[in-house]
Amino acid sequence: MLHVAVDPSKVPAVAFERSPGYWQTVGRRLLRDRVAMGAALVLLLLLVLAVFGPLLAPADPYKASMLSRLKPIGTPNFPLGTDELGRDMLSRLMVGARLSLFMGITPVVCAFVLGSMIGIVAGYAGGRTNTVVMRTIDVFYAFPSVLLAIALSGALGAGITNSLISLTVVFIPPIARVAESVTTQIRNRDFVEAARASGAGAFTIVRVHVLGNVLGPIFVYATSLVAVSMILASGLSFLGLGVKPPEPEWGLMLNTLRTAIYTQPWIAALPGVMIFATSIAFNLLSDGLRSAMEIKS
Amino acid sequence: MNARSQALLQVSGLVKHFPLKKSAFGRGGGVVRAVDGVDFSVSAGETLGIVGESGCGKSTTARLLMHLITPDRGEVVFDGAGVGGRDLSLRDYRRQVQMVFQDSYASLNPRLTIEDSIAFGPQVHGLARGEAVQRARDLLARVGLEPRRFAERYPHELSGGQRQRVNIARALALQPRVVILDEAVSALDKSVEAQVLNLLQDLKDAFGLTYLFISHDLNVVRHMSDRVMVMYLGQVVEIGAAQGLFESPRHPYTRALLSSIPSMDPDRRTEEPPLAGDPPNPIDPPSGCRFHTRCARAEPMCAQREPARPQVFPIASGGGPGVAQPWGRSQVACLMYEPGSGHSAAPAATSPDPVRVEHP
Repeated sequence: MLHVAVDPSKVPAVAFERSPGYWQTVGRRLLRDRVAMGAALVLLLLLVLAVFGPLLAPADPYKASMLSRLKPIGTPNFPLGTDELGRDMLSRLMVGARLSLFMGITPVVCAFVLGSMIGIVAGYAGGRTNTVVMRTIDVFYAFPSVLLAIALSGALGAGITNSLISLTVVFIPPIARVAESVTTQIRNRDFVEAARASGAGAFTIVRVHVLGNVLGPIFVYATSLVAVSMILASGLSFLGLGVKPPEPEWGLMLNTLRTAIYTQPWIAALPGVMIFATSIAFNLLSDGLRSAMEIKS
Repeated sequence: MNARSQALLQVSGLVKHFPLKKSAFGRGGGVVRAVDGVDFSVSAGETLGIVGESGCGKSTTARLLMHLITPDRGEVVFDGAGVGGRDLSLRDYRRQVQMVFQDSYASLNPRLTIEDSIAFGPQVHGLARGEAVQRARDLLARVGLEPRRFAERYPHELSGGQRQRVNIARALALQPRVVILDEAVSALDKSVEAQVLNLLQDLKDAFGLTYLFISHDLNVVRHMSDRVMVMYLGQVVEIGAAQGLFESPRHPYTRALLSSIPSMDPDRRTEEPPLAGDPPNPIDPPSGCRFHTRCARAEPMCAQREPARPQVFPIASGGGPGVAQPWGRSQVACLMYEPGSGHSAAPAATSPDPVRVEHP
């Protein structure tokens, strides 16, 4: 270290001292969390598969072959074996990442937008509005989520769009509930009172003072729902309510391969392994995000 | 200058009862009488101190004045115009009256930089962002925080005293005429508290502010205030010039309260017994005079008869017998001072009371 006497007049006009913002700090803390980073790496790989799966797949995932049905893992040309119609499992798992992730993430994103809106409005309005909105939301809570998803999909009819809609409806109540509770907490803080005292309207206060404090926790909760959503979507496909054959989707593959569970149990389990890995990765990442965001209460 | 002739803020008959939650079986359903008929006026340029034990309605009064909660009854007149009425919208009123809260951390948005927090109010009132930020930086310098070092920092990086300076700057950003300081220095260290109090005095002189200074710290209130209002269980028991009130308190509650200040001068020790116990429950306040349950001078009739509230009106016109309210003596809500009230210490009904204005 060199200590040099500095003439204050010679120091160039320094810029404003800026400390890292909240999200920068959260990002830095998240990068130091090894488990979360591992989970993020897995998710990154899955994302690559989802985007480039069809290009990377070694074989055509739709090409059936009656001669090579249910080949075991390690068969030449079929590193992960074949399914009940003789299609290459590796290719189908890779290509299936796109639909499965899409089915897992889309409903959560939609429910995040809608549920946050409902919850924040109810939480900020408080009083009677809150009671009416939240009791209505509670009605949906009365049904187990699996049952609700199946009932809605069944009523709407099979198909990707309909299962996305029904899954969105399933996830709106829990997200709205979380949004309502964090908003209620923030609403009673003095800085919101101070904002009201400055004459700001409700919309401005929510935009400037509430959203920034509320979206983080809701987002963390929503990421943990992605895993549930994937499992539910797989379940719908398994029941024949979601994705239709011959599309490769992990839930559907699990369904069609169940006939092979006694002859080729390892192959039958493969799509389940993919679902398991993805949901674990999402859960670990959201856990990491949660602890990274707990900087100071 | 006769400051009393022009009240900047006039509060009359302010009432706020908080309903209690009813139990599942329909029981309960009472009300907490947080503020139960409060009148006072604040003149331009003065500091009115508000003191009282916790739960006496000081903070509720502040929030009512800010319209953060809606009063059940009562009227706030600012500069001659009724607040929320045709003459003065709530929004315009809030530009003129601002508030500093006790908890310096909770009253700043943790996600906003200091300058954004300060610039928020002016932007709400139509100032362009650039100008609002410039005003925020000027105010930061004014409250003793170097803008280059603090403007773009976040609240959690500042100390309590620094944050409270930011809160003061935020309140001043709207260029208000009245600032309500709700226990604004109570959470600070004594040395920091003194600095912030000096800052508040400087700002008051510089900007011609009027303060409502709420605190439970009697010494600080004495130091800061021109006039002092003493509250007990949601009501005003005594209001008067600070010096007169502290040197010769009249209401037994004020005397007991003041006797709790440790005195440095053995000759000035009061004989008044200190207060014992907690104040009664504001859900079910005592009948008659609310203080009679703890009052050393209470007589049976105190439980029967409610003392008249201290009068703040008439203020407007000079002269006339009703306006003779010398600065030296305070007004009290106590039967001991009410002519013909029946209390043994009360003056006879016919004797003209120099302080009270009897009205039918």
